[in-house]
Order: sequence, then C-alpha cells, then structure tokens
Amino acid sequence: MWVFASDRPIYLQIVDRLTLDIIRGRYKPGERLPSVRDLAVEAAVNPNTMQRALAEMEQKGLVETQRNSGKFVTSQEAIIEGEKQKAGAQAIEECLAKLRALGVDAEQAITWIKENNHATHS
Amino acid sequence: MQPILECRGLTKFYGGMPALTGVNLQIPKGRIVGLLGPNGSGKTTLLKLCAGLLTPTGGQLLIDGREIGVETKAVVSYLPDSTYLSSWMRIQDCLDYFADFYADFDRRRAEGMLELLQIPANARMRTLSKGTKEKVQLVLVMSRRAKLYLLDEPIAGVDPAARDFILNTIISNYSEDATVLISTHLIADIEKVLDDCIFISHGQIARYDAVDDLRAQTGKSVDEVFREVFRC
Repeated sequence: MWVFASDRPIYLQIVDRLTLDIIRGRYKPGERLPSVRDLAVEAAVNPNTMQRALAEMEQKGLVETQRNSGKFVTSQEAIIEGEKQKAGAQAIEECLAKLRALGVDAEQAITWIKENNHATHS
Repeated sequence: MQPILECRGLTKFYGGMPALTGVNLQIPKGRIVGLLGPNGSGKTTLLKLCAGLLTPTGGQLLIDGREIGVETKAVVSYLPDSTYLSSWMRIQDCLDYFADFYADFDRRRAEGMLELLQIPANARMRTLSKGTKEKVQLVLVMSRRAKLYLLDEPIAGVDPAARDFILNTIISNYSEDATVLISTHLIADIEKVLDDCIFISHGQIARYDAVDDLRAQTGKSVDEVFREVFRC
C-alpha cells in the first residue's frame, strides 16, 4: 500500500519511493522495471502521474528507456550510490532538526546516536 | 489537439432555477478529471448535458468537436447517479442489453471483471445489494471502449475495499486517449488517480488545475483545498 502525504505533489513522492526501492535493491541495477501501467496500478495512482515520476527519474539518470522494451534501472552503480548518499544526508538532516528542536546540539546528538546504536545492537 | 469536451457559455435553467450559468470549459483527451463541488453545485447537471439527457438552455456544448447527438452518444459512456437496470434482469441480460446497444461494448472484459468481483452472471439485479448493483453498473460502463467516460459518484455507495477496486478498474481500463470525468465529493479517496480537478460552485467553474500543480502551489491536498474553498 502506497501512502502519500498531502503537502507535496504525488509524482515527487513516487520518485522518492521508487528511488528508495532501487537503493534497497528491490529493483537491481540494469533490471527492467514493470510497465508504467502496472506500477500505476500498484501505487493506485494515475498512469500519467507515474509516467511523470519516471521521466523525472530518467532526468536524474536513475532510469533509462530502451526503445520498444520499456524502462530499466541504470546499470551505473555510481548513480545509485550517489542517490543513497543524498537520501542518507537528508535522513541525517531531518534527525538533527528534530534533535535541535529538543535543544540537543550536533555533538551531543552524535554521542546519543552512538550509545543508542550500541544499545539496540547488543 | 481537439478537446474531447468543450463548453462555451453553457447555461441550464430548471424553470427559473439556474443550475449552470455560463460554463466555459475545455477538457483534453487522455485525462482523468475530477469534477468536484458541494451538493447542488451543478455536477450532475453538467454530466447529464454531456450525456444528452438534458438540453442546454443556452451556450454551446461539443464532444469530440460535435454537437450532442447520436454520434456523441456512441463515444460517451455514462454512469448515472442512480441505476436504470430493471430489477428483474439477470446480469447476463444486462450484458446482452449493453452488447445490443453499444458497438464498442467489450463483453469479455465485462465478464472478466465480474469474475474478479465474484459476482455471478446469473444473479438477478433485485437480489444484489446496493453496492453490488453499483459495481455491476460500473463494470458495464467501463467495459465500453469509449472516448469519454462520465462517472457520476461512482464510489459513493461502496465499501473502501470496493472503492480501491473501482479506482483500479478506472486506472487499468481506460485507454490512453480516453478521458474520464468523475464527479464526487469523496475527494480524499480519489485524488491520487486524478490528473486534473475542476472545482464547480453555484453552477460556475471556480478553478481548474492539475492536481500536482495545486499541491505544489498550496502545499495542501485537493481535499484540504476543497474544504477551505467550500467552508460552510
């Protein structure tokens, strides 16, 4: 089930979700993506919206169109790695913003993260 | 490209009561469009005019470049807000009925969808629940290979799971150059399948936007914008 937030365009949220799917390896480098229509049905969105999201991903180099045979995940792993780092940086920024709101500075945040990470893994 | 639906100064009065006053509208091919408005804003009137069930009091209405008539009815598939299938009919009879009436009716597609919904083709209409009747009606309407689908409140009477099925049916069955015009006030359920939304208020078009443009502009969902615009 795909859930969409109300404050942003849907196609951008689809881009985020599919990018995450690629980073996580649900769709592997060089793998053929399902058709626009199938993806639209899966996400329960309009096919034009899905098409627009995929066009956006093509601009970023994450997706390639091959004539007559559909859309593929890029086989350039560096691009995927780049997206992974961007997504990571964004997650860190969001986390730090929340901690700042609690009055926790970056230094202390790092200590907490280390402790917490330790606690959850031991 | 020629719009599939075009209104110029379209006006409809019921006696002295205005229902639509000077509607100007151009809807292109290949879009899923929500016709959104509060009760009594003119949604059903607009759809009935397009279906040829009402005649305009004034102005012009063109579908695929033609005045409303036999040719436009052949390319328009209309789901009314109440059923017109007789209660004695079996679903089989309804399929025959549509096959007789409409050259573009794809019987196999209808049978396939009924099977997915586990609705037996030999059941009589009167034995079906309200929601199931609505599903049958929608299956029939969406099984035509029409250029313009007019759906008047297609999801109002069915449960949320069936709503998803109906929306899926709409997404997966319309062909790329067909346009679907859906009237509803259940916006939250439907907005992710829409390309565009038309807000109609007191018989006039209040706004007409691409859904994602509206979200980008306002930072809000169509549902939230609707609640603000039409706050009581």
